Amino acid sequence: MKQENAIELKNVTKRFGDVIANDDVSLSVRKGEILSILGENGSGKTTLMNMLSGIYFPDEGQIFVDDREVTIRSPKDSFALGIGMIHQHFKLISVLSAAENIILGLPGKTLLKMNQITAEINELTKKYGFDLKPSQKIYDMSVSQKQTVEIVKVLYRGADILILDEPTAVLTPQETKKLFDVLRNMRKAGKSIIIITHKLNEVLELSDRVAVLRKGRYAGTIDTADATVNSLAEMMVGAKVSLDIDRTDPVEPQKRIEVRGITSKNKEGLTVLKEVSFHANGGEILGIAGIAGSGQKELLESIAGLQPIESGEVLYYSPEGTTEKISDMKAADIRDLHISLAFVPEDRLGMGLVGSMDLTDNMMLRSYKNGKHFYADRKKPRDLALEVVDKLDVVTPGVDTPVRKLSGGNVQKILLGREIASSPTVLMVAYPVRGLDINSSYTIYNLLNEQKNKGVAVICVGEDLDVLLELCDHILVLAGGKVAGIVDARKSAKEELGLMMTGSGKGGHTK
Amino acid sequence: MSVENNVIANKEPLFRITKRAGISAFKAWAIRLTAVAFALVVCGLVIVAITGQNPIKVYLSIIDGAVGRSRRLWVTVREMMTLLIIAIGLTPAFRMKFWNIGAEGQLLMGGAATAAMMIYFGDTMPNWLLLILIFVVSSLAGIIWGVIPAVFKAYFNTNETLFTLMLNYVAIQIINFCIVYWENPAGSNTVGIINSATQKGWLPKLFGQTYGWNVVIVLAITFAIYIYMKYGKHGYEIAVVGESHNTARYAGIDVKKVIIRTMILSGAICGLAGAIIVSGGSHTISVSTGGGRGFTAIIVAWMSKFNPWAMILVTAFLVFMQQGSIQIATKYGLNENASDIITGILLFFLIGCEFFINYKIELHRKKKEVQ
Repeated sequence: MKQENAIELKNVTKRFGDVIANDDVSLSVRKGEILSILGENGSGKTTLMNMLSGIYFPDEGQIFVDDREVTIRSPKDSFALGIGMIHQHFKLISVLSAAENIILGLPGKTLLKMNQITAEINELTKKYGFDLKPSQKIYDMSVSQKQTVEIVKVLYRGADILILDEPTAVLTPQETKKLFDVLRNMRKAGKSIIIITHKLNEVLELSDRVAVLRKGRYAGTIDTADATVNSLAEMMVGAKVSLDIDRTDPVEPQKRIEVRGITSKNKEGLTVLKEVSFHANGGEILGIAGIAGSGQKELLESIAGLQPIESGEVLYYSPEGTTEKISDMKAADIRDLHISLAFVPEDRLGMGLVGSMDLTDNMMLRSYKNGKHFYADRKKPRDLALEVVDKLDVVTPGVDTPVRKLSGGNVQKILLGREIASSPTVLMVAYPVRGLDINSSYTIYNLLNEQKNKGVAVICVGEDLDVLLELCDHILVLAGGKVAGIVDARKSAKEELGLMMTGSGKGGHTK
Repeated sequence: MSVENNVIANKEPLFRITKRAGISAFKAWAIRLTAVAFALVVCGLVIVAITGQNPIKVYLSIIDGAVGRSRRLWVTVREMMTLLIIAIGLTPAFRMKFWNIGAEGQLLMGGAATAAMMIYFGDTMPNWLLLILIFVVSSLAGIIWGVIPAVFKAYFNTNETLFTLMLNYVAIQIINFCIVYWENPAGSNTVGIINSATQKGWLPKLFGQTYGWNVVIVLAITFAIYIYMKYGKHGYEIAVVGESHNTARYAGIDVKKVIIRTMILSGAICGLAGAIIVSGGSHTISVSTGGGRGFTAIIVAWMSKFNPWAMILVTAFLVFMQQGSIQIATKYGLNENASDIITGILLFFLIGCEFFINYKIELHRKKKEVQ
């Protein structure tokens, strides 16, 4: 292959206030190659690509496209240069069809020739092996189909350089495979493709070269053939990391939470949970897998008393041997019964914590009512905050800092630290490592294992199937609000879970 | 792909606006003080343009007008206390992000209740009992006006801004209606000074000062609200609800209850403000009893970042300038709108400077030359 550069960045720097998002980054993308941009959350991958797609303007440095220096001031400039970016959050109009979304914003005659457009789109999809029906409406589509529309949209506009931001984050293993096939076809056709990712396995599977960013700085580019998971992780973090989760066998699991046939509707009246039944044992980690929005959030919230249930019940078996029906109770009632049900919600700053309040005030969120008098006690929460900061190595200027100002990993440590401090018998966590760097992620996994070994029933909603399979004892798969199956995590494969997630699997063996 | 980058080369934005990560308290106050200085200069220029007088002389007469004589000083203090209590009344609601812009209506209702008590019970009970009755009834009137939008917000999630705003107009019409009944003397279309002979229902002098009680009551309420918001469990609940209803539910807070309870408090204080105005100042009632203070107080509360001590400073400054400009208006034969112009210029600068506290403007850095 000729070593011709499609894009070259030279000494690009971008600052946001005092934060340096990209510091003197230089890298190149060759024609007809797939380049992975690898880095942890917050390492500046997306910022760098947004400068190519015209959303940000670099403070310093030069950008070359086809060896000519360019100035990209807006997405329009970027399009004119043949650069197309597929963002993590899709920008589609759901009441329009795929074809209508694809041509949206393009210049054209007063009268649309939909037949001709459809034919052109079909030609494109055939060429690269997409699976797309141009007349289908967006609201009828799965996440993977919407992504296809986004990709075809930039191809239709004649993009030669495609940038995909975390394209597999929302896909099942099967859908990921399909996407990779398409991307390989595009490479064959001479397109240059940049993939932003933090998943090491995908990098190795798909790309020709990997450029690594670390804390906004460029850490180097290597050929994928020379890389291993461990060497990439080391480049990404800057130090040796251990990627092992120490899973112990459950000791005398006891039934702690039982969910019996719960059905629940959301505010719009759509059924989000259908006849869900399972139980969670103390001393075990129960993983919950599923495509985003399959009812994971609602399931945890209905156990926590935050989501109204239409039918069915949730029972709590206390270690003392009593049984409580908690499905009729609100969060406050559950707390008043001294059932220690800890819950780390998905939306950390929008539900689990108050962003503008300091660490102390956040520690008292679930316990501020203690004591009869009018004043809220701030002495104990302050001590707890100091303890959590000390024990979990939270990086913060002090306990009087608003939690909003802390990084994602530290925010999660504070939330988890508070919930664990209540010595729970049930611990529910939703996407506990989302947005966290590798080291923090493994700290969190260890904390969950620690709780499991203490006899806590841990319920963990996760998105990374590899991790769930390594961490959990059992995995419950949700598909469209229904239980698609519950499997033994030690004896299952990723592909099996993937099939169940799309609802096309056999359903697994129920416990 | 045809690359038309020649056209777009070397066009860079001239400057850009970035959000500050944080700013030291010293720097923030320095910016605010600079804004005040600019405001005073602009006010001076405007005054000179209108009156043709030496601006220093004009400023001296502003000081003279605000605090020059004992009586003027006490009127300034009275006005300041009135504005302060309304801002304090708004604080709990605003901390909850419940945008109560109905303070004007709530205080009018409180004022109407006060006038009614003075008119109907002026001769039937001792003055101290009447005053207690006035405080209770005016608070209740404010509560009714405050709690209606709160209930609708809590149960039907209606927009509180529109709701509280519209209730202001209802209150104004109710006052108009009352004036018909309470007209004195007949045909004047005003209520006149109520109980001017007996002074029943008037706040008495304290330490020989006409407005002594105003100061004591308002400062006591200010202090109480400070403690309530900062150290109380209720204050904590209000802050959590203000930040996120989801977090509040997660923490086991009854959001509906907190909304209604907080608006009861907010409405009660605004209603009481009506009593302070009528019983402790004007001794009459009209549609202009509020005088727009219900709205000015919103700005006071915001500029003080809901901090009661800052509110004292902000009200002092605003009222000082207002009272002073009333003086120059009479002295140089301008109408009362001159004082509104002054206030407007001050607010423009004070609110505008918040932009520079939150953002900074940078010229674009030169591109680093790379060979």
